[in-house]
Amino acid sequence: MAKEKKRTGARVELAMTTNWSIDGVKDALRAKKISARELAADFYKRIESRNPQLNAFLTLSPERARRQTDRIDALVAEGKPLPPLAGVPVAVKDVISTRGIKTTCGSKVLENYVPPYDATAVERLEAAGAVILGKTNCDEFAMGSSNENSAYGPVKNPLVEDRVPGGSSGGSAAAVAAGLAVASLGTDTGGSIRQPGSFCGIPAMMGSYGRVSRYGLIAFASSLDRIGPLARNVKDAAAILQIIAGRDPQDSTSTTVPVPDYREELGKPVKGLRLGIPKEYFAEGMDAGVRKKIEAGVEVFRKLGCSLVEIHMPHTDYAIAAYYIIATAEASSNLARYDGVRYGLRVDDDSLLAMYRKTRGAGFGAEVKRRIVLGTYVLSAGYYDAYYLKGQKVRALIAQDFRDAFTKVDAILTPTSPVPAFKLGERTDDPLQMYLADIYTVTGSLAGVPGISVPCGMIEGKLPVGLQIFGAPFAETRVLQLAYALEQAGGAAL
Amino acid sequence: MKISREDVLRVAELAYLDLSEAELETYRAQIDEILEYIGKLNELDTAKVQPMAQVLSEDQTADTTLREDLIVPCAVAEDVLRHAPDPEPPYFRVPKVMER
Repeated sequence: MAKEKKRTGARVELAMTTNWSIDGVKDALRAKKISARELAADFYKRIESRNPQLNAFLTLSPERARRQTDRIDALVAEGKPLPPLAGVPVAVKDVISTRGIKTTCGSKVLENYVPPYDATAVERLEAAGAVILGKTNCDEFAMGSSNENSAYGPVKNPLVEDRVPGGSSGGSAAAVAAGLAVASLGTDTGGSIRQPGSFCGIPAMMGSYGRVSRYGLIAFASSLDRIGPLARNVKDAAAILQIIAGRDPQDSTSTTVPVPDYREELGKPVKGLRLGIPKEYFAEGMDAGVRKKIEAGVEVFRKLGCSLVEIHMPHTDYAIAAYYIIATAEASSNLARYDGVRYGLRVDDDSLLAMYRKTRGAGFGAEVKRRIVLGTYVLSAGYYDAYYLKGQKVRALIAQDFRDAFTKVDAILTPTSPVPAFKLGERTDDPLQMYLADIYTVTGSLAGVPGISVPCGMIEGKLPVGLQIFGAPFAETRVLQLAYALEQAGGAAL
Repeated sequence: MKISREDVLRVAELAYLDLSEAELETYRAQIDEILEYIGKLNELDTAKVQPMAQVLSEDQTADTTLREDLIVPCAVAEDVLRHAPDPEPPYFRVPKVMER
């Protein structure tokens, strides 16, 4: 009886811990301080109390979670070795396919869509022992920078609830920041992992283009889309990336470049590394509070013995224009599939073409329609050379800027966003202004390089700032090593 | 003005997208502003630049020779049809395409 009571006491204490890490979960499971089932139940309890306010989750998957926790608890009971993510409760952005679990892309057009298969990233997470709690809110088809373009309502920033969590992976960032998941999957096309990570004060990583299979990721812009982790600390982000990275025959653009052990270099001294500070990223237009924190973050690296090198990336100022040509062109093509025939919404009409038009007109929200119109226009006869081809040429120049930079430096430091989290509703009327705030993230998206946003202080103690670290293609280890160094040096509290 | 009302109508037709009167005018004005901004790309001389059509270099991509033709089970047809708007197994039903 006494023993039983003691165990209950420990449970209550653990249930109140929102600061779980991947290793913490594993240690607790192994020591039998908590079962995977109990842990998942605790997270669902927290989701139940906090989600009505935050709107971070769109769909919960308790049955699937239960099947997984039973598997993990059986391994613990049998004393078998635990897989790397054993029992870790995770959330998955709603543009990533999950078999048997509704996947809406934040859109009315897929309101009742249930995928018949899992994305490779989801399959790999589950095979590694992770417990999928549910699907997170996002801008419709990942198009947006504030999560206000979701057909299912905006997400609130858990740190400052009158502000946006960033986007498009706003639900994935908010869920982790609020302690409703230990880690999550987001997707990044022009900043959609890194910017919400920055707004919510957590590390958020995009690997190199091709590093993580896109199989099962519902396409927005195929030459830019990437799946990546958001987590409570850099080590956990590395652990998730480790599992989902690597060649997948189902995605011909997934690379054959070997996946190293990302955690091996964490904690190794960064002394002597050359870090590029691109002048163009520190020009006008940056919020003064953001600038102060980023400068303090850069100073941390100097004190750690890195050499700071001023570099030039002369085509930075053209990145937004090139990005919004290429991304919308690809989107207009990818979204042609929503025609009311095979899945999702159908608005009936006697004629097939009218059925297409009405279905698409009713199913898509304003930002998606705007991008389809713009993307179709830049690809249309007479405008293709002036816009799409021009955009691809400028993309080549931006990629060259990065190649040139990496002949001189080991990594590049920039702010993640020129502004901290802004107020809900503050920027929805002016799409161009919203696009312009993506300036620091779209460059790396176009170039295909890896990037992370890592916490770098809070403005007036309440608005998080993210410092972005870009690495050369497939230099994820270096990016993570630097992010870890800033985190360990107290980056979040600058 | 970069884009006219007629342009938007033409493009919406190409994209099979019904737009209301209000949407037409709002998007036209917003896209006009965006295209105006995109015009800054013309400051760059790109005559000798090769467009970037691939992100990965050749040595980073998988062997492009044909893989072995393996038969793998793919029993999703039922699942796929179950969630279709108007299934008629094993088909998807759509409104009449051709008039008599």
